[in-house]
Amino acid sequence: MTLLSVEGLVARHGLLEAVRDVTFELDEGETLALVGANGAGKTTLLRTIAGAHRIASGRIRFQGRDIVDDSAHRRVRMGIALVPEGRRLFTGLTVEENLQLAGQCGRRGPWNLESVYEAFPLIASRRKRRAGNLSGGEQQATAIGRALMTNPRVVLLDEVSLGLAPVAVDAVYRSLDGVLAGGATVVLVEQDLGRALSVADRVICMLEGRIVLQGTAKELTREQVVAAYFGLGREQGAPA
Amino acid sequence: MSSPVDGTPVLAAAGLRKRFGALVVLDDVDFGVHAGETVGIVGPNGAGKTTLLNVLAGALPPTRGHVRFGDVDVTRLGAAARCRRGIARAHQVPRPFGDMTVFENVFVAATAGGRYRGVVAHERCVESLELCAMLPLANRRAEALGLLDRKRLELARALVTDPKVILLDEIAAGLTDAECVSVVEAIRNLHARGTAIVWIEHIVHVLVQVVERLVCMNEGRVIADGPPADVMADAVVIDAYLGSSVR
Repeated sequence: MTLLSVEGLVARHGLLEAVRDVTFELDEGETLALVGANGAGKTTLLRTIAGAHRIASGRIRFQGRDIVDDSAHRRVRMGIALVPEGRRLFTGLTVEENLQLAGQCGRRGPWNLESVYEAFPLIASRRKRRAGNLSGGEQQATAIGRALMTNPRVVLLDEVSLGLAPVAVDAVYRSLDGVLAGGATVVLVEQDLGRALSVADRVICMLEGRIVLQGTAKELTREQVVAAYFGLGREQGAPA
Repeated sequence: MSSPVDGTPVLAAAGLRKRFGALVVLDDVDFGVHAGETVGIVGPNGAGKTTLLNVLAGALPPTRGHVRFGDVDVTRLGAAARCRRGIARAHQVPRPFGDMTVFENVFVAATAGGRYRGVVAHERCVESLELCAMLPLANRRAEALGLLDRKRLELARALVTDPKVILLDEIAAGLTDAECVSVVEAIRNLHARGTAIVWIEHIVHVLVQVVERLVCMNEGRVIADGPPADVMADAVVIDAYLGSSVR
């Protein structure tokens, strides 16, 4: 069943068209990975779906309803949670305060402090520590936990492993695997293609604001993704 | 892989290191561009590309290492002084003087950066605007320009200083395919005049249409340097972008 559908989405930063006519659907329980080089439009797309960036044109439907005119906080209450690039935690608050704050903003459901700590043992022992004093991996775990505290129907996860040490990436993904196994619906932006392909059901590759390749993680080859990622083969004017 | 051009580089950096606090952004980088050569620089986010361009342009001092322009050590010269010697730069986000016309913007660059005066400055402006396909818009206020024309104006402002080297920072970012074709044409015009070009760009398929040589950076270091097709097929380069687990 389609949970989220994006149709002809265009989003701009001033004169720059960052997302160009993007259309895709996301089924309930599906994990979709968005890959693409810097400036491909992945973050702007996620932020626009979450209501954190203004849409220029197009439609976003959530559970069949057009949500374009709904504010970001209303979308959180509907069940759309964004884990932003750079985590954007309240650094002066503790881990627990960050989680509790999110818990007041979302829906009722199975996620609470206890279940978040169980899923992310990385932060369970850090609950009274200020978020600004955490390591990168602990901050990412807190940011994902904060999103889960809203009991979302879909989680938009931006740049999961960016800036993290490999050991921290492993720890975050161990927890994330558990969340995904529980049937969560996730859109994931991940630079590490191996990681993306290992956790995603489907992959979309973006280039210069457009979708240039999509398919199931099983059917796409490394060569296909690499060619689409760099736009190779387009230099003689070949279509995307 | 080595440069296809022999001889002494017109602009060269040796042993460049740049730190921001504890973060090492450039780590012992050697780089050179020869007269008339076109070099592209690619690399994932945070690779140090823009910092390298800033150090070459004189916008940032290196923590260690040297920058030479021809026979002269320009490490301690600022951006304005380097521009007057022949190192021009076009920024990723053009910021023209919005309430001036296109011509006036280029005229400022010709007189301040190129040190031309009077009729000569005027002629240089016309020539640069023509090469960048901006002459028909010469009397338009810069704030009324769209993104493509702002980028072309940025190129014209750099070109009018009569540089030996132009440093281009993501000049194609945000442009449509058709607009990229137009920018590529303008850059080819610069190259045809013998100007050396150093071009940072994320849009690889546009970059490889122009450059003869490609340098890939990752985590502050040069990890590949050679013909574009070879660099883009290099497993080390692909891993730098997409993670080693892709292999």
